[in-house]
Amino acid sequence: MSLQLKDLYDSFREPNTIKALSQQIKKESLKLKEPLYIMEVCGGHTHTIMKYGLKQLLPKNIEFIHGPGCPVCIMPKERIDHAISLANLDDVILLTLGDMIRVPGSKTSLAQERAKGCDIRPLYSPLDAIKIATENPDKKVIFFAIGFETTTPMTASVLKIVEKKKITNLYFHINHVLVPPAVEAIMQSGEAKINAFIGPSHVSVISGAKIYSPLADEYNTPVAVSGFEPVDVMESILMIVKQKNEEQTKVEIQYSRAVTLDGNIKAQEMIAKYMTPRTHFRWRGIGDIESSALVLREEYAQYDAEKVFAEFLSDEPIDDHKLCICGTILKGLAKPSDCKVFGTACTPNTPLGSCMVSSEGACNAYYRFEEI
Amino acid sequence: MKYIQLSHGGGGEETNDLISDLFYKYFNNEILLKAEDAAVLEVENKIAFTTDSFTVSPIFFKGGNIGKLAIAGTVNDLAMMGAKPLYLSSSFIIEEGFSFSELETIVISMRDELAKSGAKIVCGDTKVVPKGSLDQIFINTTGIGELKSTEISAHNIKEGDSILISRDLGRHGATILAAREGIELVSDLGSDCETLWPAVEALVEAKLNVKAFRDATRGGLAAVLNEWAQSSEVCIEINENLLPICDEVKGICEILGFDAYDFANEGTFIIAVAAEDEEKALEVLKRFDFSSNAVCIGTVSSERPKKVILHSPWGSRRYLELPKGELLPRIC
Repeated sequence: MSLQLKDLYDSFREPNTIKALSQQIKKESLKLKEPLYIMEVCGGHTHTIMKYGLKQLLPKNIEFIHGPGCPVCIMPKERIDHAISLANLDDVILLTLGDMIRVPGSKTSLAQERAKGCDIRPLYSPLDAIKIATENPDKKVIFFAIGFETTTPMTASVLKIVEKKKITNLYFHINHVLVPPAVEAIMQSGEAKINAFIGPSHVSVISGAKIYSPLADEYNTPVAVSGFEPVDVMESILMIVKQKNEEQTKVEIQYSRAVTLDGNIKAQEMIAKYMTPRTHFRWRGIGDIESSALVLREEYAQYDAEKVFAEFLSDEPIDDHKLCICGTILKGLAKPSDCKVFGTACTPNTPLGSCMVSSEGACNAYYRFEEI
Repeated sequence: MKYIQLSHGGGGEETNDLISDLFYKYFNNEILLKAEDAAVLEVENKIAFTTDSFTVSPIFFKGGNIGKLAIAGTVNDLAMMGAKPLYLSSSFIIEEGFSFSELETIVISMRDELAKSGAKIVCGDTKVVPKGSLDQIFINTTGIGELKSTEISAHNIKEGDSILISRDLGRHGATILAAREGIELVSDLGSDCETLWPAVEALVEAKLNVKAFRDATRGGLAAVLNEWAQSSEVCIEINENLLPICDEVKGICEILGFDAYDFANEGTFIIAVAAEDEEKALEVLKRFDFSSNAVCIGTVSSERPKKVILHSPWGSRRYLELPKGELLPRIC
């Protein structure tokens, strides 16, 4: 019998398992000395929690704080404007991943520019960039690459093919960001009341679970590296509650199906071959964070859209709409429902802030999966 | 190889050849063959009237093509009002250079689909536009049907009614998406594209207390249920584990991050029926191949008027909202 896709998720959505975990969490949580404020770092987890209604299965002394782990949501407007400026250049095809198309920049969005006639294409796989560049030799194809540690190896593998096949019309605008510096920045500010973390499994498949060790040690917070199915998230919460009750603060791997302490060394090497940390990157709502994103290495400057098209791009910071509280939400200091424009002036069709755009954004998840 | 040329839409000899070699040949009926400026129709009762344009890409897909869709789509809109589909118009806008044999395949599919409801194409139009002006072929069909029941309306749904679905969800949307994105499946997932009138006719003739029919086309099940909840000012409560979704559709949703209840269907309809007639309605539906797996997926309540609530198998619940944003253009 062959392995089917459903074999990979069916048992992780098994109703009796979810109910049993809910009971166990409720029982264990009676022993908690203080309320638990768990930051789920990744927007994918926010989506799981809201879509599957997991909050309803938890006791009142466990709350979620939605973290900055949505690559679209943390993209500052000046960089979205980069994408828009690049798309408007002559003979350019701009490629990017799904939700980037709708996120508003300072004046317009890629969706609006596409409607006006710019050639902007969403990719399901970054490898499609190779095909598009090869099929359009007279065009300059620019891949606006976004994502955390999870998608970075894919961009690196596209670069590897570009180098090998000597493709000269594919450029990269790198917006790959890193989880640990962002979480560290939120904790350092001292404002957030977070006392536990759920870390995204896919990031640790690449970077390993060890990336959270400094966090657990420095701030005495339990960390569970979790998968994205409801059973995964519930099991991770149980792990965290047990750690708290046993006064432990360690990094635990719930997603043992694919996460190791060290991660995928080969992928890490490939990333390191092509990219290196930027001195700093401005995160939407959080601000400048040192070494929190990647840039192409100097020796690959001929592929770097930020260098090749530098004369058309401005790095002047552009702040959010003054009513938007995405920044405060990303820091875990407010819930989407605390925002004055949530669901009124700001909806998935007319997003004022980035958290409403992507299905991984906290506001979008609250809007789509409104609780009863 | 024969190709459609600009002259085929010019109104002269080539146009006449195209009409007689293709449209008269396959859509053959007395009203059409009279070739007057307009068709003259006789209808006894109140009529239902609808129109739809078809722009699907790719034009040929597993389970159908743009022609089959153009007939089933309009015929189904009539059927959903409890109207027997009678007369259709069909307008073709064709890109110069389109293959004649592909056009013939499309027209034959249209003829075959018409036979399922007995509706006739009684008038039409053909335009050919220069290469690059449109993508291959667009078809508009407009239809008239005779009302067989005046009780069917999205405003009639009441607390206590049952919500049934005629078959599994999301096949058309998933098929088009898979074709468009080049996802190769180790299965024969195809569109559900189908004329629904035979089942609707049987339900109407069975004199059951049916409140509303609606085919779950663009916007899928989520859109139908939200429209009904709004129109009838009721709450519709759905059990997620009762929703029939095949493994292939589930898989495509998993890979691409969609939900099957947002996907378009082209031969799947939702029925609101009084609870006492639920079993009888299911019996009627099960007589037809295309609705042999019909099931009840939920009930109507007054819990949260104008809202649709989705109950998870593990006891949590949330609102099922209308799909938003750019799901997929040119699905039909």
